[in-house]
Amino acid sequence: MKLALFGGVYNNSIALQAAIDDAIRRGADRMICLGDLGAFGPHPNQVFPLLHDYSIDCLQGNYDDSIGHALNDCQCGYTDPQDNHFAQISYDYTLANTSRENRAYLRTLPQQVRLEIAGKRVLCCHGSPRRVNEFLWESTTSEAFLEWMFEENEADVILATHTGLHWQHQLSDGRLFVNVGVLGRPANDGTQNVWYTMLSETAESEDLMVEFHPVHYDVERVCAMMRAEQLPEQFIETLQTGWWTTCLEVLPSRERLNGRW
Amino acid sequence: MIDLPVSSSQPEPRPDGPLAEFAHLDTLWFQVAGTRCNLTCHHCFISCSPHNRNFEFLTYGQVEQGVQQGLKQGVREFYFTGGEPFLNPDIRAMLQLTLQHGATTVLTNGTVMKPDWLQELKAYQAESRYSLEFRVSIDGPTPERNDPIRGKGTFVRAMSGVEQLCEAGFLPIITMTRTWEDHEDQPILDAFRRTLAKHGCTRPRLKILPRLQIGAEAKRTQGYEQEDRVTELMMQGYDVTQLICHNSRVVTNKGVYVCPILIDSPGARMGASVEESLEAFPLGYAACSTCYQYGAICSNAATQSRQMTSS
Repeated sequence: MKLALFGGVYNNSIALQAAIDDAIRRGADRMICLGDLGAFGPHPNQVFPLLHDYSIDCLQGNYDDSIGHALNDCQCGYTDPQDNHFAQISYDYTLANTSRENRAYLRTLPQQVRLEIAGKRVLCCHGSPRRVNEFLWESTTSEAFLEWMFEENEADVILATHTGLHWQHQLSDGRLFVNVGVLGRPANDGTQNVWYTMLSETAESEDLMVEFHPVHYDVERVCAMMRAEQLPEQFIETLQTGWWTTCLEVLPSRERLNGRW
Repeated sequence: MIDLPVSSSQPEPRPDGPLAEFAHLDTLWFQVAGTRCNLTCHHCFISCSPHNRNFEFLTYGQVEQGVQQGLKQGVREFYFTGGEPFLNPDIRAMLQLTLQHGATTVLTNGTVMKPDWLQELKAYQAESRYSLEFRVSIDGPTPERNDPIRGKGTFVRAMSGVEQLCEAGFLPIITMTRTWEDHEDQPILDAFRRTLAKHGCTRPRLKILPRLQIGAEAKRTQGYEQEDRVTELMMQGYDVTQLICHNSRVVTNKGVYVCPILIDSPGARMGASVEESLEAFPLGYAACSTCYQYGAICSNAATQSRQMTSS
């Protein structure tokens, strides 16, 4: 079993297509998206046909809940006024440009999915199992907390996204947490590529294998589309430089120090 | 059990108020300097000063015990506060300990740290997979704003602390208590960013805190009014997850309290150990209404004001 796991798409259908192509080339048996189809990028409706054409199972992230139900904001969980200012620009754009039909689809999505792979109980969620918009950063998620989360949810593997940064941590007993990354914006590392995760059974080990794959896509094409849609230059700069320029205040210091701003 | 120097086995009665359920111990706080501080800020909600001995320093052993109790509960992060944490001679060893188990935040006034201590802490952070955060309290972008509240010369001294932190490669969060009108937030934040840039802090992280009208602040301005209370009606549809009493506790030398704001209220003492402290708490104190309104006051996330709904 090879499972391709996509995090937030953030309207970036060009990166999603590139990730799908890469996952198929690598022999993925199944593709799952952990939610947040909208935000940040251009033309929300262009994401949905890809999800349907390639039978990608989707979870409902906080963004999808908001857009589906036409709420006032994205429920991303930002608390800083500057973070919220830019989040609201994305949100208002995405809500205004997502069709009624696609909004109805968003309302049908489950918030969590459970699977069994190689005898392991796998739980897919968006932020965390307990809260759709919880940020599980690598530098603020303790082993004790992970242990509690595995016990509480009767899971051996927990897969999440929401933060925008991919990471994994395996406890000494083999239980595994993976943040699968996102397709909608780069990982604040100064490179343009985005990331997805392949989770595979292997013959050699009882443990599942986690591989983070970089996805290269036509960044300039997406930026041109964003300009035409009059989305903020700050968003375009993020895609071009690989450094986050907005929604930074929510980062813990270790993750913030890895970026430029 | 936290090693209690004061015997107080009979629990004080809780206040009356709507219950905030306890969900999970996300954050464990340590009142590591007790109520002792080298400064005597006029707005301090627990009236810390060089002479306030209501709460004493925690020992390394007490912190170690609290950490172990927290780990059993699946604790996610640790916060250190006081008073001034860097007055406690064991603070660096305590930070080294907690950084082995989770992200750690220190709330400091920035006037006591020394460059070689920061180098030592930098090494502990490098050995850890977790973040070490510093929160420095400065109550405005100028001495004229800050010093009348925090004491003469404290702006310059605290900014020197911020410079040291930035030079050591940390990204301090500056917290300021709002002693101005709400609409002045933005110009003050902008001014602070300019001031910090001049001091070598080019990636400022700023957090505005509401005033808590208890302790010294009640004398400086005024205390809460009788109607400043959270009611059952106000809890309908309210997101309780943003209240720290829902997911945190604070270890003091007198036992474990519901939150760092209420340690002067005997009814906020939850028990002698972390385990004993995890029951629901009634939001019956006037200061609870400030947390209700602003959420996440004590955590590193920025705060948001919400309208007080019907009462």
